[in-house]
Amino acid sequence: MSSSSQVAESWISSFCSLLGHEYFAEVSEDFIEDDFNLTGLQSQVPMYKEALEMILDVEPDDDEDEEDEEDEDEDEEDMLGEGDRPTGYRRAGDRRHMRMASDLSMIESSAELLYGLIHQRFIISRPGIQQMAEKYDLQHFGLCPRVNCNGVKVLPVGCSDTPGQETVKLFCPSCLDVYTPPNSRFQSVDGAFFGTTFGCLFFMTFPELDVGTMRVQTDDRMASDTNSASTIINGIPATSRIPLPPQPSIINGVAPHNLAPGLGTGNIHEPRIYGFRVSERARSGPRMKWLRSRPDDINELDEAKRFWEDQEEVLEDEGTEMEEEAMDGQQGIDADEGSAIAASVKKARKAQLNGGVSPMDTNGVGEGG
Amino acid sequence: MLTNVLQFISSRGNEYFCEIDEEYLTDRFNLTGLNVEVQYYQYALDLVTDVFDLDCDDDMREQIEKSARHLYGLVHARYIVTTRGLAKMLDKFKKADFGKCPRVMCTSQPLLPMGQSDVPNTSPVKLYCARCEDIYNPKSSRHAAIDGAYFGTSFQNILFQVYPSMMPAKTQRRYEPRVFGFKVHAAAALMRWQAMQRDDMKDRLQAAKVESGFEEEDEEMESEDELDDEMEGEQVAPPL
Repeated sequence: MSSSSQVAESWISSFCSLLGHEYFAEVSEDFIEDDFNLTGLQSQVPMYKEALEMILDVEPDDDEDEEDEEDEDEDEEDMLGEGDRPTGYRRAGDRRHMRMASDLSMIESSAELLYGLIHQRFIISRPGIQQMAEKYDLQHFGLCPRVNCNGVKVLPVGCSDTPGQETVKLFCPSCLDVYTPPNSRFQSVDGAFFGTTFGCLFFMTFPELDVGTMRVQTDDRMASDTNSASTIINGIPATSRIPLPPQPSIINGVAPHNLAPGLGTGNIHEPRIYGFRVSERARSGPRMKWLRSRPDDINELDEAKRFWEDQEEVLEDEGTEMEEEAMDGQQGIDADEGSAIAASVKKARKAQLNGGVSPMDTNGVGEGG
Repeated sequence: MLTNVLQFISSRGNEYFCEIDEEYLTDRFNLTGLNVEVQYYQYALDLVTDVFDLDCDDDMREQIEKSARHLYGLVHARYIVTTRGLAKMLDKFKKADFGKCPRVMCTSQPLLPMGQSDVPNTSPVKLYCARCEDIYNPKSSRHAAIDGAYFGTSFQNILFQVYPSMMPAKTQRRYEPRVFGFKVHAAAALMRWQAMQRDDMKDRLQAAKVESGFEEEDEEMESEDELDDEMEGEQVAPPL
């Protein structure tokens, strides 16, 4: 403890420079000193106080008062009356100091756990996410191993927010999948130290970030391979294919070119034997293409719009049914009247469709940011 | 004494190669067309089959060795689709000599080496995962320098045609991006669309009376999913 504080380097920066800790950002001391940011951690970390002192490089024996102050906000009782604090509390604190002297390594591991949990919160704060953005830019987290992602930069994420469950994984924004880090030294890093939220929040925070590297068309290379029938799909420029309806500039709050650019036509591996595609019906045939697919017409992902279109279709069907009914029962209702009703209903629905924006419509929500 | 072939395949970075039988190497039929592909073809072949006895300077020797490696690779691509070659590669596959799938949901499925082209010098070797049916770059740069044509585009598919029992069960489990416990709409919408494609495929397969090959637990998961969707509104974000 005392030795680590004598070194010029702080505990935090020495922790972050350890082998296997390359993914960690350096949490600023201001962040840790703000007790609000530590809410609830006391119950999760054994020897919380000692661990916190270690992280902040505070000498435990010299500044008893300071520690007491730290306790105040954590313990509501302390807030009420600092003067008449239960004596048992102090004794417990002393006992903890004793234990600390005897078991440094336990505090060290507690400090690592505490730092990790603070780190999980820090990297989704403004300064933290900024720091991670710098690390992302410098490619500190590595590249996506998937061939069709073309070396997209990845982010460290956890699959769980509870420590001790899973090791850190790498999230690729281009294929929306998670991968195990290539180096085994990261297999000792807890995923909870990065958390489940960070990966996605990062790209929502920086929507202008180009997720996919500008694709250097590997298709050209494939085009030279005459065996590859995929040239028929890939070789043809997009314009000469069936023209797509106008594409929105934003889909579900994301720019379409940033929504899983590594997926979709041309980015799906096509198994072949001597140049012939393996049939889907073969026992060993491809069954996982859906995982890497993405609609060519991005409008298909606008679920709200599609819902209303389907509604309209149903309505039209109903309309024609009504017309037919009206035709059938000529003696009852006047035929013209029947179709007029159907038409008016249709018109009302259409007005609702085109004029009023659906409450489910999320497009444009992200435009402000 | 170690033969040149053994020496080659046991050297660092060449772990993906298997040993080609000597009979296969010496059968001229198996080498058809390679003489135009490889420089110093005859010398290279002599080197591979351990009958090389040319006195030459180091530069020349290096050239020939390079050619020999190239020749070995090209014969390798042909050899591994033969019965014996497949059996050897299957052993290596079972030992996970080619590494494991980096995708988390594939739970360390062993990989197979493959090329994206059968023409030499077009693209380096890639690794194929039979569970997610996708291809990945090798972790090590040593492996990333190997020509993909030394394995070919067909090998990994032929292996599973010949040994269908080696085909791993597919999984529907996948990573769902979440923020504070809530699914992210853009990604979730895309995944719903993908699930639709998958169900279409399953219907097609069912209509054709073909097993889809998905894990059994997935069926249970589906019903859970439906429940999940109904409960969605009541779900609470996990505590941070």
